[in-house]
Amino acid sequence: MAGARTVEEILARGGDFDITMFGDEPYGNYNRIMLSNVLAGVEDESGIFLNDLSWYSDNGITLHAGVRIDRIDRKNKVVYAGDGTATPYDKLVIATGSSAFVPPIKGAHVPGRGYHQGVFVFRTLDDTRAMIRYAKEHERAVVIGGGLLGLEAARGLQNHMPHVTLVHAVGHLMERQLNERAGATLKTAVEQKLGIDVIVNGMTTEITGKHAVTGVKLADGRLIECDVVVVAAGIRPNTQVAAESGLAVERGIVVDDQMRARGEEDIYVVGECAQHRGELYGLVAPLWDQARVLADHLTGANRQAAYHGSQIATKLKVAGVDVASMGLLEPQHEDDELIEYAEPRKGVYKSAVIRDGRLVGAILVGDNRKAAFLMKAFDRGLPLPDDRAGLLFDLGGPAAEESVADMPDDEQVCNCNGVSKKAICGVVQDGCATVSGVMDKTRAGKGCGTCKPLVQRIVEWANGGEAAEDPAASYYVPGVPMPKPELMDAIRLYGLKSVSSVFAKLGGEEDAKSKMGLASLLKMMWGAEYVDERDARFINDRVHANIQRDGTFSVVPQMKGGVTTPADLKRIAEVAERHGVPMVKLTGGQRIDLLGIPKEKLPQVWADLDMPSGYAYAKSFRTVKTCVGSDFCRFGVGDSTALGIAIEERYQGIEGPGKMKLAVTGCPRNCAEAYVKDLGVVAIDGGKWEIYVGGAAGAHVRKGDLLATVDSPEEVVKLTGRFLQYYRENGNWLERTYAWVPRVGIEKIRAVVVDDAEGIAAGLDARMDAAVAAYRDPWKERAEPVTPGQFRTSLPLTVLPQVPVRA
Amino acid sequence: MKTLHMIGSIHDIPLGEGRTYAVDGEMIAVFRLRDGSIRALSAVCPHKGGPLADGQVDLKQVVCPLHLYAWDLATGCSLSGQDAVSVYPVRVDDDQLILEM
Repeated sequence: MAGARTVEEILARGGDFDITMFGDEPYGNYNRIMLSNVLAGVEDESGIFLNDLSWYSDNGITLHAGVRIDRIDRKNKVVYAGDGTATPYDKLVIATGSSAFVPPIKGAHVPGRGYHQGVFVFRTLDDTRAMIRYAKEHERAVVIGGGLLGLEAARGLQNHMPHVTLVHAVGHLMERQLNERAGATLKTAVEQKLGIDVIVNGMTTEITGKHAVTGVKLADGRLIECDVVVVAAGIRPNTQVAAESGLAVERGIVVDDQMRARGEEDIYVVGECAQHRGELYGLVAPLWDQARVLADHLTGANRQAAYHGSQIATKLKVAGVDVASMGLLEPQHEDDELIEYAEPRKGVYKSAVIRDGRLVGAILVGDNRKAAFLMKAFDRGLPLPDDRAGLLFDLGGPAAEESVADMPDDEQVCNCNGVSKKAICGVVQDGCATVSGVMDKTRAGKGCGTCKPLVQRIVEWANGGEAAEDPAASYYVPGVPMPKPELMDAIRLYGLKSVSSVFAKLGGEEDAKSKMGLASLLKMMWGAEYVDERDARFINDRVHANIQRDGTFSVVPQMKGGVTTPADLKRIAEVAERHGVPMVKLTGGQRIDLLGIPKEKLPQVWADLDMPSGYAYAKSFRTVKTCVGSDFCRFGVGDSTALGIAIEERYQGIEGPGKMKLAVTGCPRNCAEAYVKDLGVVAIDGGKWEIYVGGAAGAHVRKGDLLATVDSPEEVVKLTGRFLQYYRENGNWLERTYAWVPRVGIEKIRAVVVDDAEGIAAGLDARMDAAVAAYRDPWKERAEPVTPGQFRTSLPLTVLPQVPVRA
Repeated sequence: MKTLHMIGSIHDIPLGEGRTYAVDGEMIAVFRLRDGSIRALSAVCPHKGGPLADGQVDLKQVVCPLHLYAWDLATGCSLSGQDAVSVYPVRVDDDQLILEM
């Protein structure tokens, strides 16, 4: 396999060689790993061939199948084959692989006749065929060896024979890849799921039976009856020809970092027979790495290509059980961390070994779901989650871990803006390697934001491991190079009361994408003193309505606590009729939405409604959703509607870093969904109220953290104001409470807001009072436009095909 | 052939904002930047037809209000991977906006 792979890699690089291949098996190249499937009868022989004979002829390769090389003449650069031919070479690649190792067991061999009839090794297609033929006519098998190969052999044989026993000389299965607990878990799984008997600590000393096999004898005297024995006790590299031809051979044929045999100019070694920096590799991934390096070097595609050894990380299905293993099996130093989870009844075992914050080993048995993540963390030394349980389990949260390398190029990463992995990688390749830069250029992660962590990982991957440093990531807005606290200090210091003055003093150039965030901040800081430059506002805030896809707007009148009256409903209905409103819709925040209003009609619609704005368009306090509460509900324990109305009455229209959606629910049944709001209030029995903060149920779903339990609606109103003010002053632009609360920490927030640990509560309350006092219904701004053409249409005045026109 | 069009007073456009004009069957967004200069572009966002005149601007770019893609005000080139928009020469004479197209 390693030899043929090397040839494939050479061809792929356009290598200009006349290639001759010798192999002592009479076939082309087949996938040895699949032999256990052939044995198990789940794969056809034909299905395991990687390159059939026509591949060799199509690629101009001369194949001598079934012909062994006996000797290499290094001096004259000729190989001599068993069929008496001599073939000269310029470059020689040795990929002789390995053979089954049979320990010295009495009775395994019949003198002069090779293996005892009924004794098999498990290495080649011929071995496999012979085993199947023989097993079909017999009853009981013993497999000697409890490594990967032995387990696979036992699973395969089980399809042909009713009784299979696996005998392993060591104390637990797969001791190279698993620790003792993991090995024990695997043993139980193999016994219970597959019905294979497993004996550990069983050194086989003898195979009994004179003409036919009758059993195996163990060192402790036990005798296990059987009529077939399979020896799967390991492999040994095939180095004989190399050694006899004078190459340096230790355990394998010794090679350098270019896979060149030690001291040779033109002889290379690849695969299981190669010994690199003292290591032999028997798994497929390292062999592929070696083949790539060798091909790079031979073809000149990259003369500097070097093999540095492989981290052994494997993910396998062993006898039907998922197993993954990498690095250390157990902690070695006193301060190594061991994270371990065992559920023996289900056949699940997981462990991870951490040293200095890096993953240095991991084992999974029975559940491979975290394998890709662990292998990546192990290979690249990635930073690990603080919550170590996240190493072994998917704990939910934004964006599931997915191996970026495994993702298809055209897979959609950002489902809001339709951005593929390929598009992101393209931007990185064009030289933009910061996460925010890529997001700006592609719009990936700029919709609901759920995919941002994945976008970051793709940028890191495409940039070879790390994203470029992006100082702007900490700025409050991209156009002014300061985090929020510094920016606020500077604004106060220089008395900057307009957005243009902030740019002039602190930012240099005006930046369209920073205006809205600055306008919000200045309004919050200066209140009535804020110098309101209308161009700093987003269109929604210029016209107090939410822009829709066709350039029309939606109008949502205030409906405090979701409570309305027949008179108000009639008026809304009349307005909708009079203006031919295309759609009337109930919102998630318990209000009524009039959709499809042209900009120029907004003032008239507001005038006809004569209701206050519901602020369904701003980064501001939005609504308070309520349930019917104790007035009518049989279960209500608190008057949620009255409290909801009181809260909305007081905090209506307050702007902030992100929108603020609230709810009050009259009992823990939570009909108003208070647990998933920026601030949610829950009445509990005994006249008390719980206040939850930082909840969300949008693109991101999070249950809020309990801030406090208080005794009266008045206290709820007070703490609500104080919490919102603390958020307004400290949250980053567009950072919703579901991100801000966990970032700051609920303990810290509780200390400030509830316990006044920093002595700032009075100040927070006073500043919120001022903001509340400054409230003015924006829909009153309708008699005269504030700016010329404030409500003039921006829609095409002639119909253009690009713009969908609503019926 | 290019023609000059008088499309209105400079004072119809607030500083730092844009307004849409219908000129000879075309929709043109005209912006009055904070440094006093004037820019004119095709009014329709090539992405999803958004009204560019409702977008926020600085001295370099306009950001479409619908999906926040950006275009260079001077060249019409997209700064975020979309198709370009047409730009038109525009100047002010005696407070009157004069567009050439």
